[in-house]
Amino acid sequence: MKVNMRKRDGVTILDLKGKITIGVGDVALRNAVQEAMNDGANKIVINLRDVTTIDSSGVGELVSAYTSATNRGAKLALVNLPAKVSDILYITQLITVFDVFDSEDEALRSF
Amino acid sequence: MSDPQSFHLSIGSRFENIELVQIVLKDALERLGMEDDARHWVDVAVREAVANAIKHGNALDPAKQVKIDLTLDGETLTIRVEDEGPGFDPSHLEDPLAPENLLKPNGRGIFYMKSFMDTIEYGPRPGGGTVVTMRKRVAHGKETEANARFD
Repeated sequence: MKVNMRKRDGVTILDLKGKITIGVGDVALRNAVQEAMNDGANKIVINLRDVTTIDSSGVGELVSAYTSATNRGAKLALVNLPAKVSDILYITQLITVFDVFDSEDEALRSF
Repeated sequence: MSDPQSFHLSIGSRFENIELVQIVLKDALERLGMEDDARHWVDVAVREAVANAIKHGNALDPAKQVKIDLTLDGETLTIRVEDEGPGFDPSHLEDPLAPENLLKPNGRGIFYMKSFMDTIEYGPRPGGGTVVTMRKRVAHGKETEANARFD
């Protein structure tokens, strides 16, 4: 999985591309979120538009990112969920935990 | 009853080998005529089973093998995943939907497997280890419309 980190209006945006799966993608996500928070980010958007597959380890990393951000007083939002990622979050009821938005603009307005 | 179709694959216990399994599985399920969406959810279930076998079964020991067998017999797709680990007791699984577990980073893999397949069984592997057997009903080489989505 590839991660591109950028900033827009004071918000750190992580564009993920590929598979968030055990062994590689989950580690890349963990490192990217950690790097963002170490840089002092307190508003983080994870853009999932180009994610093709997510497994339970990837879901676990999203949960860890959410709890880490919350524990630091930061906010984290998910945007552009592909249908299959959305389904995965629905069946484990995590869709009710995350702040999920249809677009980056909506997420930025929410902060 | 149609002739059984099958593949057998054995991999060392490295996470990168899951991608090899996915390539072989994708080809096999395409040949069975399974639609993209249905195939995706079977892919996810197998990915979880193989990841569990590598991580929890074989403890990431690359010398230990994970064996994956797929057979289609009539309308039943059966996928078996074997590890060489210490064994597994599924009765100790926690409910990932319980409020106290919702924000735990782990514990969802088997829940996903159960969600995407029709049945899932665990048993001991002769000689040590665990065998997980997952089944899904397909019809005439294609998944039935009723089973086309996990929900």
